[in-house]
Amino acid sequence: MTHIKEMVIVSGKGGTGKTSLAGALSSLFQGKVIADCDVDAANLHLILQPEEVLQTKEFTGGKKAKIDPERCTKCGTCREVCRYDAISEDFTIDPFSCEGCGACYFFCSAMAVNFSTRLAGHYYICSISGNGRFVFAELLPGEDNSGKLVAAVRNEAREEAVKTGVNFILIDGPPGIGCPVISSITGTHLAVVVTEPTPSGIHDLKRIVDLTHHFQVKTALVVNKWDIHPGYTREMKQYCAEQNLIFLGEIPYETAITKAQKEAKTILDFAPDCAASGSIREIYTKLHEILEEV
Amino acid sequence: MRDMNIAFASGKGGTGKTTIAVNLAFFLAYSQQQVQYLDCDVEEPNGHIFLKPEIHTRTAAKVMVPVIDQDKCTHCGECSEKCQFNALVTLPSNTLLFPELCHGCGLCVRICPEGAIHEGEREIGFIEKGKAIQNIDFVHGILNVGEPMAGPIIHEVKRQYKKEHIRIIDAPPGTSCPVVKTIHDADVVVMVTEPTPFGLHDLQIAVSVAQNLGKPIGIVINRQNGEFPPLVTYLLNNSLPVLMVLPEDIEIARCYSQGELIIKALPLYIDQFMELAVNIGRLLGKTKDRR
Repeated sequence: MTHIKEMVIVSGKGGTGKTSLAGALSSLFQGKVIADCDVDAANLHLILQPEEVLQTKEFTGGKKAKIDPERCTKCGTCREVCRYDAISEDFTIDPFSCEGCGACYFFCSAMAVNFSTRLAGHYYICSISGNGRFVFAELLPGEDNSGKLVAAVRNEAREEAVKTGVNFILIDGPPGIGCPVISSITGTHLAVVVTEPTPSGIHDLKRIVDLTHHFQVKTALVVNKWDIHPGYTREMKQYCAEQNLIFLGEIPYETAITKAQKEAKTILDFAPDCAASGSIREIYTKLHEILEEV
Repeated sequence: MRDMNIAFASGKGGTGKTTIAVNLAFFLAYSQQQVQYLDCDVEEPNGHIFLKPEIHTRTAAKVMVPVIDQDKCTHCGECSEKCQFNALVTLPSNTLLFPELCHGCGLCVRICPEGAIHEGEREIGFIEKGKAIQNIDFVHGILNVGEPMAGPIIHEVKRQYKKEHIRIIDAPPGTSCPVVKTIHDADVVVMVTEPTPFGLHDLQIAVSVAQNLGKPIGIVINRQNGEFPPLVTYLLNNSLPVLMVLPEDIEIARCYSQGELIIKALPLYIDQFMELAVNIGRLLGKTKDRR
């Protein structure tokens, strides 16, 4: 069996076009599993339009504490040991403040604290056109442990790749540089950073590149909407050279991308002849070569 | 309006949270209000690009981590068994700590039967404070690259609240714990969305987070380019008030790409921000009536 290669699309800053690019690229790659690791706010399924959900799995997050008022003697120990100010004066626990450390549970002498896991989300294994597989997740609103759910999605994607005999996984990552992003990029073969030529874009680009370097992941760059500020685009290319990143290409500002999204299509299907579609096909060709080598 | 927390969230990233938040902050400050802007998007803080603060204080943000006295440790395994975050591993001759996994809860310190664990500190980022344009009091937190946990930095940013100020709080994208921590004590949550399927999908999740917390919610529609009927229907069905609509305008995008404020560069939008301020006030008024 050949080695499975994983490529992740990230951005640092949100809304730079990760998912639109992921959707378009996924229609070009043959023999792949797609994984949406933006588990807080998954969107790729809106473009990929899965044919059928083959399997739904439950995700249990960390434990949360709850006080049984019948047993509680109001001694106050739990309030003393809780570092998150999650327990009120009348001894109820705010589930949104509770970190699930269990201090109140372990130190309650009246055994009045229930401490158990609970459902924190679901993940779905789906079939998409062309006999491909697609894994995505939905974290329940406000839940934590999204990094763990990302890991579960990636595991599932690897298993599906083995089962269906393909050796490429395309991951759509979350914005930011924190826990779910770290969980999305560790151990991948290539990170594609999608950015935009704005001061925020540049600021956030540097932080995400520091992160991919920190985890020793080979990194490539795509500048989306490059023509809204050619000066910053030049600056980004220069940064690319300094940091030894692969410059994959630049995509022009294209209003058809929003229109395509409204019709749940990729830009390649919606407007195959527009300049943005041309750039994405060129990016694909480069990626194909790079992935042969990593 | 005085002494209140107005949080900006969105679910989806890049919808314009920071743009709306910094412009409102500027508008209120210009209107002689005492304003504090707090950037809780500690993974990728961007507010400073527009508000251009002069930073006068920089402090390290630290979390508690256990320090194990290996001479006292008997490797009984009590700490690693009870730690919910798998931050401690007991080996036959050693107890190991994985600091990035530690949530600083202090359970291990209390639970060690040998008293072999005491509290240490670890730096995971920093907080900067300063004065921004129009005398806006400015605070942001910055998570060190490679650190997974934004929560403690957000907490630290919020400890800098100034009394008798309108506090504009910029939340991170997403819908999970960092967002909850940010909007937890908001008096009102302004959701900035874009009229697209992605924007709507993530808005719905973000709204349910804020509703679970019992927050009054108002909507800002950014980059409107003709109505997006599914969004209109959703807002109607859920009685969510629209506080402001900004059109898709290449001039706004250009402003943004130059790190400028919309209301300074494009004064025709001042009225919209005034309306936003008034509508936020109304939303708060209504909520108070209901109580």
